[in-house]
Amino acid sequence: MIAYAAIFAFVCFALAVLMNLWKILSADEIADRILALDSMFINAIALMVLYGLALGTEIYFEAALIIAMLGFVSTVAYARFILRGNIIE
Amino acid sequence: MRLLQRLLPHPILTLLLTFTWIMLANSWTLNSLVFGFLLGLLIPFLTQPYWPQQMKVKRPLKVVEYIFVVLYDILLANVAVARIVAFKANAKRRPAWIAVPLELRTPEAITVLAGTITMTPGTVSADVSAEGHALLVHCLDADDPDAVRDEIKQRYERRLMEIFE
Amino acid sequence: MISEYLIAGFLIIAGIFGFLGSFGLIKLNDPMSRLHAPTKATSLGVGGVLLASMVHGIAVEGHLSLHEVMITLFLFLTAPVTALFIAKVHLHRHETPDSLPRAGEDGIWATHNVDDGAEDKD
Repeated sequence: MIAYAAIFAFVCFALAVLMNLWKILSADEIADRILALDSMFINAIALMVLYGLALGTEIYFEAALIIAMLGFVSTVAYARFILRGNIIE
Repeated sequence: MRLLQRLLPHPILTLLLTFTWIMLANSWTLNSLVFGFLLGLLIPFLTQPYWPQQMKVKRPLKVVEYIFVVLYDILLANVAVARIVAFKANAKRRPAWIAVPLELRTPEAITVLAGTITMTPGTVSADVSAEGHALLVHCLDADDPDAVRDEIKQRYERRLMEIFE
Repeated sequence: MISEYLIAGFLIIAGIFGFLGSFGLIKLNDPMSRLHAPTKATSLGVGGVLLASMVHGIAVEGHLSLHEVMITLFLFLTAPVTALFIAKVHLHRHETPDSLPRAGEDGIWATHNVDDGAEDKD
């Protein structure tokens, strides 16, 4: 039963990533692009953890943690670049 | 006492860093506890110039209550936003900007309030006023913006006042 | 047995919320409202997956893993910060002081308070 529920969640998050990708390509505003990129990071974390759960290993948690940190920093850096023109003043 | 304060500028941060290291190492052993505590001593000491004033928490027990209230609201917020996204037509939704005047003055307390507002039902905090006396909040679907403002002040700001000031 | 139902339930809830969070990004029609969907719905989406993984670790593999708590806490702390920055980008590019409510006693919001040279201290 867990396997079926995991497949359902896989499908949902995969569709979510596709929709984020569509938004990145089609958005006409820079704020939307940053937002879509940020949601894509979060969905990628969910996919990583799901994959680790489905395989029964713990190796993927480190990867998920690193994606979480890089995602946060890159989103803030991107937004700050738009706001101020540079990142470190 | 002053020496202790110089060596240990943020006791809560030290505790938090120790716990974070234990969670990162994912093992409840003496090894990770000692190393985490060393990091917890070193990092606040080295970063002291960037955070000069001390944070004061008046009533630690209230923090636990606050955390549970916010977690419960996050749960409700998710369901509410998901329902609006799934079932409500765009034309029927009424987004609104509201300004929330602040009684809190400590920067830490205002940060916590802004974070809470973003995580809870239908509201996102977007900006703070030039001198920090008001918060700009965006509502996803507000029939009565004043009621939302009063609820933020009643539910979160009053509790934070008790904790920080 | 009950843990299996619990894990499956968490996974299904997480899937639905994760999907709706990204669906809102496409469906909602004004830029500030689009900010609401990913910040909230994804937090429960990822939170559900992490809870399922934690129950799975305890019930099936037989030990408590704390990495999930770590990731959840990290996401809950960073989500408001990213949301605030994206909102500031929107305010900076598309709003003027006149299109927003008055900023209480200060009169102006911090994002628009740039020309008097009094800032640059952050």
